[in-house]
Amino acid sequence: MSYIKASSLAKQYGNNGIVVQAVREMSFEISRGEFAVIMGQSGSGKSTLLSLMGALNTPTSGTYSVDGIDVYSLRSDQRADFRREFLGFVFQSFHLIPYLTVLENVMLPLTTLKTKVQMKRQMASNALERVGLENKSNRLPSEISGGEQERVAIARAIVNEPPILLADEPTGNLDTRTSEGIMDRFQSLNSDGMTIVMVTHNRECANYARRVLQLSDGLLVN
Amino acid sequence: MTLKNIALSNLRRRKAKAGFIFLGLLIGVTAVVAFTSLINALTHDINHKLEKYGANILIVPETENLSLTYGGLSLGGISFEMKEIREESLQNLRNIKNAANVAAVGPMVLGAIRVDNRNILLAGMDFNVHRFLRPWWTIYGAIPDKDGLIAGSEAARILRLGVGHRVVANQKELTVTGILEPTGSQDDQLLFARLSTAQSVLGREGRISMAEVAALCAGCPIEEMVRQISEALPGAKVMGIKQVVEGRMETLHHFERFGIGISGLVMLVGALVVLVTMMGSVRERTSEFGIFRAIGFRRSDLIRIVLLEAGIISAVAGLTGYLLGLGITKASIPLFAEGHGVAVPFDPTLAGGILILSVIMGLVSSAYPALVAARLDPSDALRSL
Repeated sequence: MSYIKASSLAKQYGNNGIVVQAVREMSFEISRGEFAVIMGQSGSGKSTLLSLMGALNTPTSGTYSVDGIDVYSLRSDQRADFRREFLGFVFQSFHLIPYLTVLENVMLPLTTLKTKVQMKRQMASNALERVGLENKSNRLPSEISGGEQERVAIARAIVNEPPILLADEPTGNLDTRTSEGIMDRFQSLNSDGMTIVMVTHNRECANYARRVLQLSDGLLVN
Repeated sequence: MTLKNIALSNLRRRKAKAGFIFLGLLIGVTAVVAFTSLINALTHDINHKLEKYGANILIVPETENLSLTYGGLSLGGISFEMKEIREESLQNLRNIKNAANVAAVGPMVLGAIRVDNRNILLAGMDFNVHRFLRPWWTIYGAIPDKDGLIAGSEAARILRLGVGHRVVANQKELTVTGILEPTGSQDDQLLFARLSTAQSVLGREGRISMAEVAALCAGCPIEEMVRQISEALPGAKVMGIKQVVEGRMETLHHFERFGIGISGLVMLVGALVVLVTMMGSVRERTSEFGIFRAIGFRRSDLIRIVLLEAGIISAVAGLTGYLLGLGITKASIPLFAEGHGVAVPFDPTLAGGILILSVIMGLVSSAYPALVAARLDPSDALRSL
């Protein structure tokens, strides 16, 4: 039974006659609890596909569903709720909010939940504990290392325990040893049942996944 | 973590931008408060003086005036054909339609006398009605009898007069029965005697220089009474004191309109400063808003963050602007008001109103930037990362 399903998903950019087909008629299915990586050359459509899977972009054509929900038939606010409930994002450059502490950054996805602040704080502390940063919760992002910032980004992505984690080149800015640590955490999350879709250039990182979606010029080649 | 925490943290981080928005609002709010409280203080001062002044209608002899101009330059004027008012003509006031509204009529004769080789003005008045016409007087001593007088504080100082001293005026000896506490008015310079005594000293028996009428009743038709008294006293010029200050009130109204115009202009500039700065801030935070959207913030959440920031700054600017405007008014009031002691009190209505105005101005000016933030496409916003 497929959990994530894309059917003839396409996205084109441009106007004034110059059209770029970033994603062409792509169909695939990902099962619940699967760890898949998307690989391909620069400009092959990896990031566009990830943004479509993250309900951040509107496809030009095709359908995309998660757990039976036709994501792009949802209204803007419903899609925001969908992102909050179903998805966790890890970006290549961490993208932590610089004026919030580590703990506050992790609490961000819980901001709009109608839950007591104390409970939110506990959830964020638990997430930080899972990535081994419970002792740095009061630091600002600028006061911790790149590897630690990536772990904070992972904690932020998993704090509300979403079923799907989307990661865009999460190890792109990290050294080999730190990258291995991050991938071990992803594997651990996956073994806990989280579905992970990760964009990467790195073959070694791809080895952690059970499935590789290879892209070329906006097409799925395997 | 709440939206309010995010707004406050961002304000703390972007102090310069927050300060610029604060300054834009502060200048506008301060201008409005300064103008409004200045106008209020001046109006209150005039009204207070009117209320304090016992008499509210003045009767003076009618005169003809000729203004003198030479080569287009005004050199003042001369008065001629000065008519006299007979004391008994004041009896006519009992017959006017609104006679019941007349609380007191105070005839007064004025004339210069020479005391210790100094010219000084002697005023004869009816001491039976002085408490109606000059309720602010405090006399150290007693009201004069037919051979007595009281001295204004300044006159007493210059002539070195005290209670019991004797004054010889036009061969008539008068005894000082009392000294007036300083009033801050022309009364301080005068000597006061009974009307008949002063008329005798000045050689003006049966004649008066002016009369004051007190019509101290709520909603007295002063203008109508002025008209009725004018008809009753054909040779007199009758003026409602309120009418005399109307000119000043008119000037005040002009100033008020000017103030509203300037305040409006300053507020508009302040609103534009807020708009431009908030737009800049939203554009600067495109990636931040992209992250917020990616992790599940709704468009309305972004609008609330931007408006919360604007609201917090506006509220602080409103309160600070009120206090600053009040301070400016207090500092500048001596330039506009005669005398001292014009109160500029804390006005909770103005403070509340200005706080609301400031917040509304901040929110309205930030509404468009907030909408721009909400309309940011999350994928475009994240592409700018």
